Amino acid sequence: MERILTRWLDIPNLRDIDVYLAHDGYKAARKAFFDMKPEEIIDEVKNSNLRGRGGAAFPTGMKWSFIPKNSPKPVYVCCNADESEPGTFANRYQLENDPHGIIEGILITCRAVGAHVCYVYMRGEFAIQKQIFDAALAQARAKGIIGPDVMGSGFSVEIYTHRGAGAYICGEETGLLESLEGKRAYPRNRPPFPAIQGAFGCPTVVNNVETLSNVPWIINRGADWYKSIGPEKSPGPKLFCLSGHINRPGLYELPMGFPLKDLIYEVGGGILGGRKLKGVIPGGSSFPIFTAEEAVKVNMDFDSVRAAGSLMGTAGVMVMNEDTCMVRALRTIAHFYHHESCGQCTPCREGTGWIEKMLIDLEAGCGTMQDLDYLISVATNMEGNTICVLADSLSMPVKSFVPKYKDEFIEHVKQKRCPFRANGAQSLRAAS
Amino acid sequence: MPKVTINGKELDAPAGINLIQAAEMLGMEIPHYCYHPALTVVGNCRMCLVEVEKAPKLQIACNTQVSDGMVVHTNSERARAAQQAVLEFLLINHPIDCPVCDQAGECKLQDYYMDYDRQPSRFPLGKKNKKGKAIDIGSDVMLDQERCILCARCTRFLDEVTHTSELAIFERGDHNRIDTYPGRKLNNKYAGNIIDICPVGALTEKDFRFRMRVWYMHRTPSVCAGCERGCAIDIYENHGRIYRYKPRHNPLVNGYWMCDEGRHSFTNLQTERRITRALYQSDGRLVPETFSAGLRRAAGAIRKCGEANGARAIGALVGAQATNEEIFALKSFMNDVIGSDVIGGMSYSPPGSSGDDDLLIRANKNPNTRGLSAQGIALDGLDTLAQEVSSGRLKMLIALRADACTALGEAEFIKRFGPLDYLLVFDTDVNETAQMANQVIPIAAYPEIEGTFTNFQGVVQRLHRAFDPPGEAKSAIEAITDLSMLLDGVERPQAADRIFAEMAAREAAFAGLEYEKLGHNGLKLNV
Repeated sequence: MERILTRWLDIPNLRDIDVYLAHDGYKAARKAFFDMKPEEIIDEVKNSNLRGRGGAAFPTGMKWSFIPKNSPKPVYVCCNADESEPGTFANRYQLENDPHGIIEGILITCRAVGAHVCYVYMRGEFAIQKQIFDAALAQARAKGIIGPDVMGSGFSVEIYTHRGAGAYICGEETGLLESLEGKRAYPRNRPPFPAIQGAFGCPTVVNNVETLSNVPWIINRGADWYKSIGPEKSPGPKLFCLSGHINRPGLYELPMGFPLKDLIYEVGGGILGGRKLKGVIPGGSSFPIFTAEEAVKVNMDFDSVRAAGSLMGTAGVMVMNEDTCMVRALRTIAHFYHHESCGQCTPCREGTGWIEKMLIDLEAGCGTMQDLDYLISVATNMEGNTICVLADSLSMPVKSFVPKYKDEFIEHVKQKRCPFRANGAQSLRAAS
Repeated sequence: MPKVTINGKELDAPAGINLIQAAEMLGMEIPHYCYHPALTVVGNCRMCLVEVEKAPKLQIACNTQVSDGMVVHTNSERARAAQQAVLEFLLINHPIDCPVCDQAGECKLQDYYMDYDRQPSRFPLGKKNKKGKAIDIGSDVMLDQERCILCARCTRFLDEVTHTSELAIFERGDHNRIDTYPGRKLNNKYAGNIIDICPVGALTEKDFRFRMRVWYMHRTPSVCAGCERGCAIDIYENHGRIYRYKPRHNPLVNGYWMCDEGRHSFTNLQTERRITRALYQSDGRLVPETFSAGLRRAAGAIRKCGEANGARAIGALVGAQATNEEIFALKSFMNDVIGSDVIGGMSYSPPGSSGDDDLLIRANKNPNTRGLSAQGIALDGLDTLAQEVSSGRLKMLIALRADACTALGEAEFIKRFGPLDYLLVFDTDVNETAQMANQVIPIAAYPEIEGTFTNFQGVVQRLHRAFDPPGEAKSAIEAITDLSMLLDGVERPQAADRIFAEMAAREAAFAGLEYEKLGHNGLKLNV
């Protein structure tokens, strides 16, 4: 398959603007600014069925169309580069290797929704990525591609980069906006949605880096070409972040709908150390886990994964082999969400900590059978009752791990210790 | 108007109100912590989750505006389960130290636990998060971070009402804590309000801590006498001792708030300077006697002065601390019983007291200045009456809640009023003027009487008698009518409502007002 999002693998130094321009760079932006009306851009993206790559899979064109026309307030575009979902590392590679692809996507988005300012919100750890991206911005600015007169169109677009201070919640769309405004990143109540009241109270589009990387391709080659890649309702090239007990972990560009089985056994080279597969989280740590039996039947696109009982989220595929202690794995996930809960809503603030405490006990062999019921009940009480979905991000793994690996949880209670540790469970390093 | 149905009851709701307000109009409660009508909506406590038909998820009532055809269930199985869940979450890291918590008895955690939860704890006691307790955050406020449920009412009050932002939420998740910025303390004149709006025992009042359990106190609606704003308050007392003032919601006057100065003003009412018996001047000192003996002595002096110098030799000075009814009673007494129209008013604010601000505080520290002028009494009494004295026409002065000596300074007072033959003082305290008096009659302070104050905006609000005046002190109206009884033998009404009715009949500014219709918020004067 032709490499699209990862064509930087084939083209050395694509991050340099001259190389980028030599490979049809900014052709799509030129088309969008000179040959297309904003509505036509939105329609093209709508027709392409591009869905947000940040995790929620919301149709991008529809999101754009919610921006009020002729708003008396300025419209903003925010590029969400706060990639923090455990198991996810696609944005990072895009920022490092194809910054102009992202800038071009931003330009087209700005043209489509009538925005003149874009903020790129990067996670705090993206220091080098910000340097690279800023350098690309400077190059684009020097060539008149961004600035007061984008490519001679008379349309101005300025792009600012901003680094967060290291909080997962800043990747949540409205938490990002609060943080951008200099406040504590407490996600906002919706309505009003960002399309009506986003950054600084103005209409705002927030799109993920990978989503924006897709946009120039849709403008260049058309919605029909785009829809021909993968399933029609959830099409396009997709970056898969493969990690865990796998022989060849890494970033892979594959068409949507690629079978998870092939991703693990063909692309990823099979399970590390020749062990058996125990489970796969398909979309980053927030989502329900698939058992080995479930995993081999799933195709990796938004609708198929949902139909199979999980969500594809950010496509951070985490593979666990038979030596993995599932109690420990879940405890690690719980620790993350407990640590990262902003603490605004009661159920999430209190529930994430409670779940972690129960899992610490269970893993240490101090848990009770009652704890297994409590885990499910606490997770249920957290679910859907909060401002943002961070509570659900822990409740979903809990509600899949506990019933799917119940025997393992029960063994921890019965033996009053972790059976894996007793058997000398292999660490990732030892097995390779 | 949008028609909403809550738990089967229909309401034509005013557009724009939220479901908590709509339910309130139907007499139903939707439990909530973070929502406060005077602050922005944050929707973080999740206590007000309700089921709205056609919405897939439960909705928070505070952030859901009524819309036509909306059908809401606040006590469906799902809604009740959510309420129970939220309460359980709120309590897992709460110290449950109710026995030593001042909020106990008026704590929303306790109340809602009994109303909506009532399940045993599933969380092991030893695993609760530990945070700071008994932290002095400045002003009169103590912070207990463990009891805090992080509703952010206090931070929003300081951000949105006082614009001082001394408190913020620090850390993350269940380590979140309210705190001041390092090295900073609460520094505004309204800090006490955060204690009132704290739904739990996280913020308590330094002066009130460990002094009285709330269920032993009686609440009496009243009006703060600290300045001419006249904030609506509730007096909390036990056996005649006031423990605290709390602001009472009055949209016409103070909204939900009051200032710290007013909040602590009751301490001035319960000092050793309070007069409990009548006093008369003898050999340069005040000698106590019974109330009735004091009145008889005063009546004798009035009769003697009137006979010797004529009725207009007797004048009256009334302070803006007096109620509308007291002013009217004194005016009637002077006109009808004595036959003098020599009446002056005074409205004195001590130097160095706080000036007007843009929230509530007024520079004029008298609660009824507007009431005085509304009855046609000029506020320059200290000058006009002094002229009467210096011209030799005025021989006797009756001062009601009028501490002229403090206002003028001792030297100036003696210069102006020294020539008087007789000074009769009705007051609560042995103030400077009382010390100069020939006769002092003890009267009740404002928490001890019925009556009304007129604030600077012209809002007439009612006071209620919270407890009896100390010792032999009586209400000023009783004292004045008793005195007139001694002089002319006519019995006159003493009840505030009767006097108010007469006042409304005779004073144009009060025309049409009825005592019983003043209600909780009061009514505006006609002028």
